[in-house]
Amino acid sequence: MAALLRRPRPRALDLIGFGFLGLLGIWLLVNLVKDPQRFFTVLLIGVTTGLVYALVALGYTLVYGILQLINFAHGDVFAFTGLFASTMILTVFDLTEQDSAAVIVLGLLGTLVAVVAFGATLNTVIERVAYHRLLRAPRLALLITAVGMSFIVQNVALAIYDVNFRRVPELIPRSDVFSIGGVHYQWNKLSVVLITIPVLLMLTWLVRSTRQGKGMRATAQDPDAAAMVGIDVNRTISFTFALAGGLAGVGGLLFLLQFNIRYDSGFELGLIAFTAAVLGGIGNLTGAVLGAVVIGLIQAFNEGLTWFTPGSDWTRSIIFGVLIAILVFRPQGILGEQVADRA
Amino acid sequence: MSEGSSTEQPSRARHPRGGTFDFITGPWQRIPERVRGWLPLAIVLAIALLYPYMVSDLKSLSTIGDFFPELDSAVYILVFTMMALGLNIVVGYSGLLDLGYVAFYAAGAYTAGWLASGQFQQVSFHFGSVGIQRDTEGIHVSVWLVLLIAGSFTAIVGILIGLPTLRLRGDYLAIVTLGFGEIIPQVVRNGDSFGGFNVTNGTFGINPIDSPGFGDSLNDAVGLPVNFQQSFDKFRLFYWGILALLLITVFCSWRLRDSRLGRAWIAIREDETAAAAMGVPLMRTKTWAYAIGAFFGGVAGAYYASFKSGAFPSDFYFNISVFLLCMVILGGMGSIWGVLAGGLMLSWLNIQGLAVIGDKFNEASGRNFEIAKYQFGIYGTIIVLMMLFRPTGLIPERRRKRELEEGVHDETFFDVSH
Repeated sequence: MAALLRRPRPRALDLIGFGFLGLLGIWLLVNLVKDPQRFFTVLLIGVTTGLVYALVALGYTLVYGILQLINFAHGDVFAFTGLFASTMILTVFDLTEQDSAAVIVLGLLGTLVAVVAFGATLNTVIERVAYHRLLRAPRLALLITAVGMSFIVQNVALAIYDVNFRRVPELIPRSDVFSIGGVHYQWNKLSVVLITIPVLLMLTWLVRSTRQGKGMRATAQDPDAAAMVGIDVNRTISFTFALAGGLAGVGGLLFLLQFNIRYDSGFELGLIAFTAAVLGGIGNLTGAVLGAVVIGLIQAFNEGLTWFTPGSDWTRSIIFGVLIAILVFRPQGILGEQVADRA
Repeated sequence: MSEGSSTEQPSRARHPRGGTFDFITGPWQRIPERVRGWLPLAIVLAIALLYPYMVSDLKSLSTIGDFFPELDSAVYILVFTMMALGLNIVVGYSGLLDLGYVAFYAAGAYTAGWLASGQFQQVSFHFGSVGIQRDTEGIHVSVWLVLLIAGSFTAIVGILIGLPTLRLRGDYLAIVTLGFGEIIPQVVRNGDSFGGFNVTNGTFGINPIDSPGFGDSLNDAVGLPVNFQQSFDKFRLFYWGILALLLITVFCSWRLRDSRLGRAWIAIREDETAAAAMGVPLMRTKTWAYAIGAFFGGVAGAYYASFKSGAFPSDFYFNISVFLLCMVILGGMGSIWGVLAGGLMLSWLNIQGLAVIGDKFNEASGRNFEIAKYQFGIYGTIIVLMMLFRPTGLIPERRRKRELEEGVHDETFFDVSH
C-alpha cells in the first residue's frame, strides 16, 4: 500500500508525459500521410470550433484570474445567451434566408450587441446576488455556490425556452470561400473567424491599455494592495464578470449560427472550455485561446480522422482525459504562467 | 398581535421552565439520563423497522396520506441516503469536494451486473447464488458477497481516481472528480465491444441482475426468505435489507469520525499544512477518505442494481453527483444526523415529494405546473441559499460550525513538488 501511494518521481512523470505526446505526434503524422485532404479539412474545422470555445474559455480564465473561482455557471450563461440570441434573430429581427445580405448583416450585428449586453448583465447579476457575499468565505463555499447557480441558470432557461433544441435558419451561406486541393472552407466558418478575431483584439486592448484593464490586472495580483492604491475592487470584479458574460454572449451567438442549442447545452461546452482554459494555463488570456484551439483540434481530429480514431462516442472521455493529464503532468498549463500565489 | 400574548411574555421570562410544552417536558425530565439519550433513537429505529407494516394504514389517511412513500420509493430513499453518508466522508469529514460521486455508484452497480447476472455467457460460474438454475450461463455469485466485492472494487476505483488527483488543490480536485464522473459513464455506455468483448452491454445495460436471498437450506432451517425478488414480500425484504445497510453505514460513519483516521481527516480539512507538520500523511489519509467514501457508494449502488434488477448507463449522470452533494450541504457537512435528515428529505422530494406537492398545488390552483421538471433548479436554489444563509447546514456539526465561523486555512496552492 505504502509503495503504491508513494509519489511517482517527477522525472518518471515527465517521461510518461513526453511519451504520450510522442504517440500523439505519430498518430497525427500517420493520419496526415494517409489522407492529407481530410486532415486539412478537419484541421480547419478544429480551429473554427476552437475559436468559439476560446470565447467561453476566456470567461473562465478572466474570473479565475480575479477570484480564483471556477465559475461553474459560466457554461450555462453561455447557453442562455445562445437561446436569447435565437429569440433576437427569430422574433425580434425575424431574419430568414431570403433576406438580403445587408439586412442579415445588420440584423446579426444588432443581435450581437443585444446578446453581449444580455450576457454581461446576466453574469453581473449572478455575481452580485450569489458570489458577492461569499468573497471572504472559504473558497470551497464559493465553488459550491457556483455549482448551485449553474443549475439555477439552467432551469431559468428551461422555464423560458422549454426542452426543445432551438436553431436558426442558415443566415450565412455554406458556400465555399476557397477550395485548395479538395480542402474546402465555407463562409459560415469564416464568419466565426471574422467575428472572433476582432473581439479578441478588442479584449487584449481592453486588458492591456485601458485604466480598467490595469485595475483588473492589479486586482488579480493582489486585491488588498489594489484596494490600497485606490482601485475599486468591487467594481473591478463586476466589470470582469460583465466582460466574461459579454464574451459568452458572442460565443453563444456564434454557436447558435453553427449548431443548435438548448437549455443544458452549456454544461458540456462549459467543461470543454474550462479544460481549454486549464490547458492553456488558467489566468492567462493568450493561453485560454491557445488551449481552446488545441481542444477544438483534438475534438475535430478525434471525430474526423480515420486511422485508429476512437470516434465521437469517446470525445468527452478524451477531453476529460486531457484535463486530468494536464493537471497531473503540467498543472500550470502550456504557457506555464505562474498564477498569482495568494496564500 | 393580541393582548394576551403581550401579557404572557413577562411571566414566561420569570419562569423559564414553565410553558406550553410542560406536558411533554415534565415526563421527559423524569426519564433517567442514560435512557433519555437513546430513547429518541430507539423510537425512530422502531418506526423505521415497523414502517412496512404501517405503510398501508398511513397511506389511507386523508390529505397527508399521499405524502408517505410506498415501500419501493422508501428503498430508493434509503439507498440515496446511504450514498449521501458515503459522500459525507469525502466532503464532510475530509473537506475534499467530490463532484463525481456518481462514478462510484456506477462502479458498484456494474460490479453487481458482472458478478450476478448472465452478462458473461461464455462461462457458467455459481457461488452461493439463490433462486437460479444450476446450469444457467454467466457468473452468479451470492448477492451478499457481491455487495462486499462491489464495495471493495469501488474503493479501488476511488484509490485509482485519487492517486493522480488528490495532490491537487480543492477546486481543481472538484473538476477532476467531475471529469471522472463523466468518463466512467461514457466508458460504460461504449463498453459493448472492448476489442470485440462485450463488457457492459452498451446502452442496453445489464439485466436481469440476481436478487439477494438466503437459499433453501436457511429457509428450511429458520424460515428466512429464499430469494427477495421472487418473494411475496419483495418490497418489505428489500426495505429491511437497505435499512440494515444504512444502519451499518451510520455506525461506521460514527465510529470513523472519532477514530485516529477520522481525526486526521478533520485535521486536514481544517489546515492541511499544520496537519502535515504534525505528521499526518496527507496523501494516504486523503486516499483513505476516497476509498472509504467510495466503498459505501459502491455497496449502495450494487444493492440498488440488485433491487432494480438492472444497471443502465442512463442512470449515471452528473446531476446525481450534485443531488448527493446537495443532501450533504442541506443536512450539514460532516454531521451524520444532518446528512441523514438531508438525504431522507431530498431523496423523498425527488422520488415522490415534488410530484405530490405539484399535484396538490395544481389541484388547489387549477393550473398545470410541472414542478418535477425543475427539480434540479430547486436543488440548485437550496444549495445557493444554504451557502449564503446557513453554510453549516440544518443540523450543524459543532466543530464544522466553529470552522465556518472562525475560518480555516484552506488556501493551499498546488501541493505538487515539481
